[in-house]
Amino acid sequence: MNIVVLVKQVPDSGADRNLRSDDNTVDRGSANNVINEMDEYAIEEALKIKEAHGGEVTILTMGPDRATESIRKALSMGPDKAVHVVDDALHGSCAVATSKVLAAALGQLNADLVICGAESTDGRVQVLPHMIAERLGVAALTGARKLTVDGSTLTVERQTEEGYEVVTASTPAVVSVWDTINEPRYPSFKGIMAAKKKPVQTLSLGDLGVAPTEVGFDGATSAVLEHTKRPPRSGGAKITDEGEGGVKLVEFLATEKFV
Amino acid sequence: MAEVLVVVEATKEFGVKKVTLEMLTLARELGTPSAVVLGGAGAAEALSAKLGEYGAEKIYAAEGEEIDGYLVAPKATVLADLVKRVQPAAVLLASAQEGKEIAARLAVKLDNGILTDVVGLDADGTATQVAFAGSTIVKSKVTKGLPLVTVRPNSVNPTPAAATPAVEQLTVAVTDADKLAKVVDRVAEQKGSRPELTEASVVVSGGRGVGNADNFKLVEELADLLGGAVGASRAAVDSGFYPHQFQVGQTGKTVSPQLYVALGISGAIQHRAGMQTSKTIVAVNKDGEAPIFELADFGVVGDLFKVVPQAAEEIRKRK
Repeated sequence: MNIVVLVKQVPDSGADRNLRSDDNTVDRGSANNVINEMDEYAIEEALKIKEAHGGEVTILTMGPDRATESIRKALSMGPDKAVHVVDDALHGSCAVATSKVLAAALGQLNADLVICGAESTDGRVQVLPHMIAERLGVAALTGARKLTVDGSTLTVERQTEEGYEVVTASTPAVVSVWDTINEPRYPSFKGIMAAKKKPVQTLSLGDLGVAPTEVGFDGATSAVLEHTKRPPRSGGAKITDEGEGGVKLVEFLATEKFV
Repeated sequence: MAEVLVVVEATKEFGVKKVTLEMLTLARELGTPSAVVLGGAGAAEALSAKLGEYGAEKIYAAEGEEIDGYLVAPKATVLADLVKRVQPAAVLLASAQEGKEIAARLAVKLDNGILTDVVGLDADGTATQVAFAGSTIVKSKVTKGLPLVTVRPNSVNPTPAAATPAVEQLTVAVTDADKLAKVVDRVAEQKGSRPELTEASVVVSGGRGVGNADNFKLVEELADLLGGAVGASRAAVDSGFYPHQFQVGQTGKTVSPQLYVALGISGAIQHRAGMQTSKTIVAVNKDGEAPIFELADFGVVGDLFKVVPQAAEEIRKRK
């Protein structure tokens, strides 16, 4: 099975994250940039399918030059190769334009199965899998906590608020996964060394047949007008329980009209 | 005034979800609210009274196996046809998994901008969003097409405004391409009558400090006494104390209740990301240095197995 995993480089969610003051885009300079956590589960799932059924795993990333670090990190887990869509004109692209670019790249890769994280930790927008499926005219099985592959039939357990849905489709398809689906492997030393030699193909907008005016700020379908930092919360009263902690807690809740 | 389409979120168990009432309230500021019910046979009929109570002047319904038996795509197709026909002033959906997914497909079909996690929307289409786990407030606007936004639960105070909506059944004209992902089963796992986590006005969460799955009864008991939902930190979920769908945090649910009670939760950034926009935060933790106390409006440093039962007892006394 030819599997493509979408990987996004994001600012570390454990660090202080900001939008840039000049153009309101994500500030990639102020925090450590890492693989979007949920994407590691997507990579693991792809590798497991390859191990069970054979095939090839390709990483697809759209992002600036520095995303190369995350691509090598992803490859060190075991995928075979990577494609990096990189073009200065992409800076400032909205989700709709991003899906256009990724769909164009996927169109060239002939994937049977596209796997991605259910959401990224920076935008948490959760729209890309269905946008891409809509553009490619393939099935989208999203929010999976379990994926079963039987020949060309895919079955997922999709996590919902109330429980789960069992959803099935034939390949080609896009599957997005939550972090409950598996336990991602750590890259081995051998994997890290091997990743340095794995092929990484770069594609520009020209290679994909997408005009620069369709992406970036020019092609954006939405705009950030302004942004402000919310002042950090400050802690209130803190008491040490000396036998009356539960009562005092309820007294506080009562003054706030919760009981 | 132009119509504003509100795509209804509802469940079989609870009926119309609160976020739908919030969206109807918001829609009234922007135009004339029309509710759109996309679901199984008879869905609109069951929901119409509640939708009318909150100001839906009209209900569009697309129902049946063609809609309900497949994942997301048929709903987006029907909605796109409706948008083209009525040219609404805005389209509002819930900022939850399916709402975002329907909106995603709609955005591509109409080549229209999309804004998610919206907590406020002005008449001129300027939206307020929260980003980076509530640490950044963003003002933004759809610049291509109509305002297509997903509204985060607990953003608007829902207020009734009685209307008597007529139900219009929509023609369902979905294609084979919409029927690629077939829903073969729906399994309910949530038990009891607790409010849904993202919608609840009170959330009581347990963390690693709760110790084991059995002890989560203590968390549930306090939640029930406060009429709240139960949540869990990632540490608690990873340890198998509580199911994943109740996880609050960066990977998990984002909640913004009136009251958040954190029991045995240290307050790692992973967890704070999912709850720090809560109105009032209360914490119980045995470690007085735990970062959760930096957020808490009221904190008790102590053994939760002593403090929580005593608090439960005190609430019962006061009832």
